[in-house]
Amino acid sequence: MREELLAVIEKNSRIDLKELAVILGVEEIDVVNELAALEAEGVICGYHTLVNWEKTSIDKVTALIEVRVTPQRGQGFDKIAERIYKYPEVRSVYLMAGGYDLMVILDGKTLREVSMFVTDKLSTLETVNSTATHFILKKYKDHGTVFSQKSEDEREMITP
Amino acid sequence: MRNPLADKVVELKPSGIRKFFDIVSEMQDAISLGVGEPDFDTPWHIRDEGIYSLERGRTFYTSNSGLKELRTEICNYMKRKQGIQYDWAKEVIITVGGSEAIDIGLRAMCNPGDEVLIPQPSYVSYEPCAILAGATPVIIDLKAENEFRLTAEELENAITDKTKVLILPFPNNPTGAIMEREDLEAIAEVVKKHDIIVMSDEIYSELTYKGEHVSIASLPDMQERTIVINGFSKAYAMTGWRLGYACGPRIIIEQMTKIHQFAIMCAPTTSQYAAVEALKNGDADVAEMRTSYNQRRRFLLNAFKEMGLECFEPFGAFYVFPCIKEFGMTSDEFATRFLEEEKVAAVPGTAFGDSGEGFLRISYAYSLDKLKLAMGRLEHFVNKLRAEQGAK
Repeated sequence: MREELLAVIEKNSRIDLKELAVILGVEEIDVVNELAALEAEGVICGYHTLVNWEKTSIDKVTALIEVRVTPQRGQGFDKIAERIYKYPEVRSVYLMAGGYDLMVILDGKTLREVSMFVTDKLSTLETVNSTATHFILKKYKDHGTVFSQKSEDEREMITP
Repeated sequence: MRNPLADKVVELKPSGIRKFFDIVSEMQDAISLGVGEPDFDTPWHIRDEGIYSLERGRTFYTSNSGLKELRTEICNYMKRKQGIQYDWAKEVIITVGGSEAIDIGLRAMCNPGDEVLIPQPSYVSYEPCAILAGATPVIIDLKAENEFRLTAEELENAITDKTKVLILPFPNNPTGAIMEREDLEAIAEVVKKHDIIVMSDEIYSELTYKGEHVSIASLPDMQERTIVINGFSKAYAMTGWRLGYACGPRIIIEQMTKIHQFAIMCAPTTSQYAAVEALKNGDADVAEMRTSYNQRRRFLLNAFKEMGLECFEPFGAFYVFPCIKEFGMTSDEFATRFLEEEKVAAVPGTAFGDSGEGFLRISYAYSLDKLKLAMGRLEHFVNKLRAEQGAK
């Protein structure tokens, strides 16, 4: 049940427990227990909403920042990653294989705000060697969801 | 002017589904539960392969029987899924949908007066195809108490010395019924005893929710007397690509190929290239769609249970077939009122044969949200009808 449960709620975390039990073919109490276990084990880390901010009047810029760092003795990349992810404006931090070490995804109100963060906060960290900042111009698809998709049913109304 | 038409064609009954289609299309903002095709798009990697084949200029005919690569993949698939070995060169033909395979299969096998056994409720084209092939269709009425499976006894009772072909349409459209191994073993015994050929329409074989589909051709001594029909429409959501196939004994496939060669030439080339990709790399897509259908199936069955509507649990295809006999109406009346009063279209069971009377085909090739909306309206309708009955 675990795998199918996760697949369903990853797409729709608002589905109610009773319905979840019905479509998975199990008892509601089993769903409740499994969700509790998944949360306790840290498998489920949150229930978020996917927002297309471009459709609101709120201005937001998102930047992807490639960061090259010097790993610290005994702590590897974890310590420096922590220094970075503690900033609330940092949305995600990933350790990467390839041409750089950390991918930092940052939300800001303006380009200037993001630039300030990079120059004032990020670049000044001792272990940070260099950064390269990329701004997102448009989001076509996020979390598996296409933002501009029309979902009209183009099939015939009745077919044998 | 002389009559330009053939009596045989004029006398064919128009599809019962057509009549209903005309009513629905005039209705604005109706929700439909009447579609017999997947709601998913063809998985992108399969579409991409079709596009790529066009880019490379693969726009010519293929051989009459279809691309060697595709026929080989089909043989691999049959081996992998059913443990049956077919010779790609002589025992497989690629057709324009499963529908063409039904048509040319019957035409290749039937002489005038031969009887073709057709269990109903079932897909709308078996009976007219048998008639057009010059055969005499003999209907076997399947029963709700058997969960619309074909029993050996029913088969035995329908057989005469003219019986030539048995059509075996499972997993079934419209009932969602499946035939499990024991059911098929009983049928196979009767078939062998009377020396009949089976046309097994397995177009929904990938969509079963209780164990893996079993093909009757995989039972002992059955491969030599079975034409298996399958295709890409349902498993890979490829209805518009029009691609199916038949696997069977060489002597029958040879004659089918002859008809196909003169009438069709070959199945669409683009679709054939896309289908190779589907068979090679499509298993995960099928599994994902199957999981999703199964969730909707459970949702509908639970909704029926909650509104007290009788329905056996179907384990195949993407249809449920609830019983509406308690309301004292024909399927046609029920479906028409349901459409007019609640704006939901479901197909009357009688569109699939007289034995569908008292039932409704509800397709779950729709999103859960849409099904939820439709079930709300069904519940409202059912309660209204019960109140009407109570008032009488």
